[in-house]
Amino acid sequence: MTAFLIRRLMQAGLVVAVMSVIVFFGINVVGNPVDILVSPEADQAERARVIREFGLDRPVWQQYLLFLNGIAHGDFGRSFVHGEPALKLILERMPATVELALAALLMAIVVGIPVGIYAGITPMGRASKVIMAGSILGFSLPTFWVGLMLILVFAVHLGWLPSTGRGATASVLGVSTSMATLDGLAHLVLPALNLALLKISLVVRLTYAGAREASQQDYIKFARAKGLSERRVVGIHLLKNIMIPVVTVLGLEFGNLLAFSVVTETIFAWPGMGKLLIDSILLLDRPVVVAYLIIIVLAFLIINFVVDALYSALDPRVRLRDAGS
Amino acid sequence: MRLIRAIAVATALGVATLLSPLGAAEIKVGLAAPPSSIDPHFHNLAPNNSLLSNIFDRLVHQDPNQALIPGLAESWKAVNDTTWEFKLRKGVRFHDGSPFTAADVLCTFKRAPNVPNSPSNFGLYLKGKTVEKVDDYTVLVKTTGPQPLLPNDLSTIYIVSKSAGCEAKTEDYNTGKAAVGTGPFKFAEYVPGDRIVMTANDDYWGGKAAWDKVTFRPITSAPARVAAILAGDVDLIEDVPTADIAKLSKDPRVSLFQTVSNRVIYFHLDQFREISPFITAKDGSAIKNPLRDRRVRLAISKSINRDAIVERVMEGSAVPAGQLLADKFFGTSKNLKPERYDVEGAKKLMKEAGYEGGFKMTIHSPNGRYTNDAKIAEVVAQMLTRIGIETSVETLPPAVFFRRASAGGPDNTPEFSFILVGWGSGTGEASSPLRSLIYTVDPSRGTGAANRGRYSNPEVDKLVDAALASVDDEKRAGLLAKATEVAIGDLGIIPSHYQINVWATRRGLKIVPRTDEFTVVMSVAPQ
Repeated sequence: MTAFLIRRLMQAGLVVAVMSVIVFFGINVVGNPVDILVSPEADQAERARVIREFGLDRPVWQQYLLFLNGIAHGDFGRSFVHGEPALKLILERMPATVELALAALLMAIVVGIPVGIYAGITPMGRASKVIMAGSILGFSLPTFWVGLMLILVFAVHLGWLPSTGRGATASVLGVSTSMATLDGLAHLVLPALNLALLKISLVVRLTYAGAREASQQDYIKFARAKGLSERRVVGIHLLKNIMIPVVTVLGLEFGNLLAFSVVTETIFAWPGMGKLLIDSILLLDRPVVVAYLIIIVLAFLIINFVVDALYSALDPRVRLRDAGS
Repeated sequence: MRLIRAIAVATALGVATLLSPLGAAEIKVGLAAPPSSIDPHFHNLAPNNSLLSNIFDRLVHQDPNQALIPGLAESWKAVNDTTWEFKLRKGVRFHDGSPFTAADVLCTFKRAPNVPNSPSNFGLYLKGKTVEKVDDYTVLVKTTGPQPLLPNDLSTIYIVSKSAGCEAKTEDYNTGKAAVGTGPFKFAEYVPGDRIVMTANDDYWGGKAAWDKVTFRPITSAPARVAAILAGDVDLIEDVPTADIAKLSKDPRVSLFQTVSNRVIYFHLDQFREISPFITAKDGSAIKNPLRDRRVRLAISKSINRDAIVERVMEGSAVPAGQLLADKFFGTSKNLKPERYDVEGAKKLMKEAGYEGGFKMTIHSPNGRYTNDAKIAEVVAQMLTRIGIETSVETLPPAVFFRRASAGGPDNTPEFSFILVGWGSGTGEASSPLRSLIYTVDPSRGTGAANRGRYSNPEVDKLVDAALASVDDEKRAGLLAKATEVAIGDLGIIPSHYQINVWATRRGLKIVPRTDEFTVVMSVAPQ
């Protein structure tokens, strides 16, 4: 277990280092932030001042070393656009994104798994066919279009839910979340649903395939022959055996939800990290983009670790161990 | 009976209008772009300047058409060519209760050009100016040379308080600690990317606003912004997308308000290279730069159907342009009209210039910087192709476009041959585009900073110099108009259209639309 952890940490360090090089040099090739940030009315002297102040007059490798030096002191750099530490900006927006991602994940699990299993064990039923056809729609409709349609139907025409923005927040156990107020939940439903739609379809299809395959296998037949209740057969024996691919995919998808809910956050004016990322990319706010992607790599590494731990809980044959140890 | 009914209705209406500002005195505003800070001196950026005009005042204000009106200064006059006297308004208090005096002006002038980490500061408006206190309510501003635009320059600087704001850091403004102004609204809350909340300043010197509380929410996605007002989640949105204007104008839930903008959309042409990188003969071989021939430039201008661009692409929310700034602004020419659409005339000019067979060219345009910019580039490419200039279109993200358009070529020269760009005149008068777009490039003097075609005409330069040295308004306006006439006569740039700024309110409200795109909540009231 310890060896496994150490190995994982070293891998993580390597990934972050490689990532930071790629991102830092990559974003330095694109455009020049000064052209975007400086007022069009500014003269050449003012442009030169900004270039100097941001350190853009130095060669890229020097900028990178300065950046590493900053990180060694816990400083991820200062946003060009906001003049505040990049890390602070990102952490400020993290709760909004995390609650959106969690809500979407919850929807995917609560809706996706039961529906998928139902379709999987009665594959010839009419309802199952509708479910499977519907899941294809969920896959193929573009997020931005679905988002706008949701707003149009539920906010503009029916007026049931607010169209955009994050609702009132309340503090629960020291974390301020909009999931704790009614207004907050009302604001959360549409963006979370928009984000979850694709994930629900994914989970439905995965569970469906797993359930179809497993329900033909001998152990299920034995369990039925033994006279176990249908509930126990499906809820314990079948479910446990089809969960590993579902957990893997959900883990990865959770990472994606956290990191790249850009489209949904933009359409619903959700003040999360994804919105910050896209704004920062458009304005070439390099420090924020680099810090953001490094944090996201770390988040993915942690999620993968949690997924591995879940495997061993689901399947006792899996141990937290690399092939080499 | 009828009379009684009419009186009853009138009374009811009267009561309703009296009551509504008291009862529902909260307004929610959907912004098109989030501010980058609450510090009014941190970033000279339109969304910041617009938002913060609700909290802070300037010595000189701009009216909705950007004409100068008294702000925190009650009056001003030029004592001589290089000295201006400003009489400050008495009895004005900051939101924290401290009185506004000359000391606040002095320390604001010191802070504005020197905010650390600023991505674009206000130093350019304060260059060559020193300020002296005469008494608590009089200051003198001295300049190194004649600066007739001094009041315009000062109309960009927000006055902060000596006790709370002058020594404060940008972070202190963002937390609200230092965000103490004299304006119609007080800072209440700022959640980056989510909302900015303000409450009314009941003691505002310009009268009390109709609203007790204002919540600004950035909704950058245009369709979502429109949906938000239709759903009733916000009461006012700025920058209504052109595609929705026709639909919204018929919708009983909203009212639209619009005015011509200070922004002109125009084409810059490569006029400085013998051989232009994106122009070739039809067979792809190198040719001499045809854009240096005035006849070719005029042919291009004649080939552009400005009415079609306005009607079809901009869906009516633009005005065909014949100069650098819409006619109603200071220093514009009365004689210049949009070039008439004339394909035959254009073809004839091309023939005269020896380009009967035409040539190949690429138009470069940003994608997403100006309203419908990429679409306009595509339309213009087709119009040019009609007179034999086979034009291909390349659109780029603004971040990439502006770097290459300004300094992408060898020795940091502009890279492209023919570009679509826009220019908004922050000062609301013609010297702003003349100095930046038309004047000969000279970094040591700060002229021609956005002259991406490198047009240069000593006669225009001389006229602009004379204008900028003339404190007499009428004389200056004449000189600026003359300079514009010469430059447009040369086709130094080719103007296409002026944008129109559009706001939408929920039915029953009205807003005074502004040429500078600012959303001023003070001007919003029940109808």
